[in-house]
Amino acid sequence: MKTVVIGVIGADVHAVGNKIIDYVLSNNGYNVVNIGVLSTQEDFIDAAIETDAEAILVSSLYGHGEMDCKFMKEKCEEAGIGHVKLYVGGNIVVGKQDFNEVQQTFFNMGFDRVYGPGQKIEDALEDLREDIGS
Amino acid sequence: MKPYLLVDFGSTYTKLTAVDLENEYIIGTAKAPTTVETNVLEGYDRAFKHLMDDHPGISEIAGVSACSSAAGGLKMAAIGLVEELTVEAAKRACLGAGAIVDAVYTHHMTKREAKALNDKEIDIILLAGGTDGGNKECIIHNAKKLKEINVKVPIIVAGNKDAYDEIEEIFEDSTLEYYFVANVMPKLKKLDVKEAKEQIRRIFIDQIIDAKGISKAAEKIGDIIMPTPEAVLKAAELLSNGYEDEEGYGELIVIDIGGATTDVHTIGEGFPKRTEVILKGLEEPFAKRTVEGDLGMRYSARALLSLVSNYEFKKYFEVDDSCDHNIEESLNRRSRQVDFLPETKDEEEFDKAIAKICCDVSVSRHVGHVEVVHTPLGDMYYQTGKDLTGIQYVIGTGGVLINHKEAKRILNQVNKKSNKALELRPTNPSILIDRSYILAAMGLLSQKYPKIALKLMKQYLM
Repeated sequence: MKTVVIGVIGADVHAVGNKIIDYVLSNNGYNVVNIGVLSTQEDFIDAAIETDAEAILVSSLYGHGEMDCKFMKEKCEEAGIGHVKLYVGGNIVVGKQDFNEVQQTFFNMGFDRVYGPGQKIEDALEDLREDIGS
Repeated sequence: MKPYLLVDFGSTYTKLTAVDLENEYIIGTAKAPTTVETNVLEGYDRAFKHLMDDHPGISEIAGVSACSSAAGGLKMAAIGLVEELTVEAAKRACLGAGAIVDAVYTHHMTKREAKALNDKEIDIILLAGGTDGGNKECIIHNAKKLKEINVKVPIIVAGNKDAYDEIEEIFEDSTLEYYFVANVMPKLKKLDVKEAKEQIRRIFIDQIIDAKGISKAAEKIGDIIMPTPEAVLKAAELLSNGYEDEEGYGELIVIDIGGATTDVHTIGEGFPKRTEVILKGLEEPFAKRTVEGDLGMRYSARALLSLVSNYEFKKYFEVDDSCDHNIEESLNRRSRQVDFLPETKDEEEFDKAIAKICCDVSVSRHVGHVEVVHTPLGDMYYQTGKDLTGIQYVIGTGGVLINHKEAKRILNQVNKKSNKALELRPTNPSILIDRSYILAAMGLLSQKYPKIALKLMKQYLM
């Protein structure tokens, strides 16, 4: 069974989406390690190391995602898990910005998949199957 | 009179406690210096003679249980993957079993680290790493390293179970002694130290006692059933939980200030008490023990110099203490001369200040902390560790506290402090002192007669 780490990053307490992601991925055969809300980058990384996760799915709904995700890829590399896929999704930037630009910003930060507001978890599920298998 | 005898082979003294099981009272206690270098029974016999001299009514002994922390206690090495996760879980398993964690290794062990481990005087190695189904490459790497250096002491493997077959293949054709138990952290942040603790105790009884030259005692009085700190933890647990219709005291703290270390035991869940507080980090054990190797009255007195500045140190003196203490000299003297006993009022006051620091700092390190997070929904708090604000009782034990007339004043240091607002310390708990020094003995007694042990503790802790 493939393991993925999910959670809500930063000072963000939005728990509903997190529960939906947990539910959908678990039902589709993934071992979901849910570190919950108010999680730091280090929480994600430590969890991924101990559980040998193949992907980290970062959620953020309160607009500060860009700040909270800065240097996360670098930290993963530093911690020896640079190969782990990094996904981010939600309301990840301040205000309404062009999503293509937002996506590019996060790609440049080392994220492999970037999802905007309103996007369905099923899309991520499909990508996950493609990236790490099921 | 046929008393039940509890024996504690301590690092300095061999202590006996005789209990009348029928009438449920403590007949008496006696002690004599521990004699590990020659024959540990000499000290025991001497203490026993003291007991008989004081209580000639004792005709024969109904039974004996013993614990030991002699010859340096039980020393362990904890190995894991991430420092805050499996390494911490491994450390907690060792501490909960009454061991001293003398070496800690994280991530992949290097040759240098493995060699250093081999050079240390370690009794047991606890090898953890990875959740079940998680990372197994690291624990396998570390198992190989342990084999390469051909460690002489038992290894308890308590990591990712998926790696056990491969580890067994690595260890199989070697002289290594190894045991497999359940993972100390089977799921992320879940702590499961029961099996590991039991295995530690089994090895302690079967081998460590022998290696430390205490086996002669075992021949005469039966198995030494646990390390002394574990006996204290068991006593604390019983006193907290109660037994059958005999009620316990609820959540409590036991503080043991010794010559070399300060041990803090807490019994209680320590969950957040408010909804806006979110728990972080590894799950806390219900009965938690921490050991501070740099906080002690004598051996580690010098370490206080680097821990507390002179300015801070002075705050621990009583306001009416007019003596101009030479802090550095007084601390050095105590660590040079470990059997130092205060003779003057000033020396006593200085000892009191050391004890206060040991108490204050060890509690700071033991209790949980909160941290404010400003979220769009208002301020939230992270809690790491146990919330001990609701603790009802604090119990003091160990040489300095049981003999000090102002022991309660020393233990008042556990209380909430304005300069440590983010620490989840108790607020005005009742303070009890283990005046007759019976906690370890009651932990031993609790293995066979829990109800009597509980009643005696309630009677003798004051």
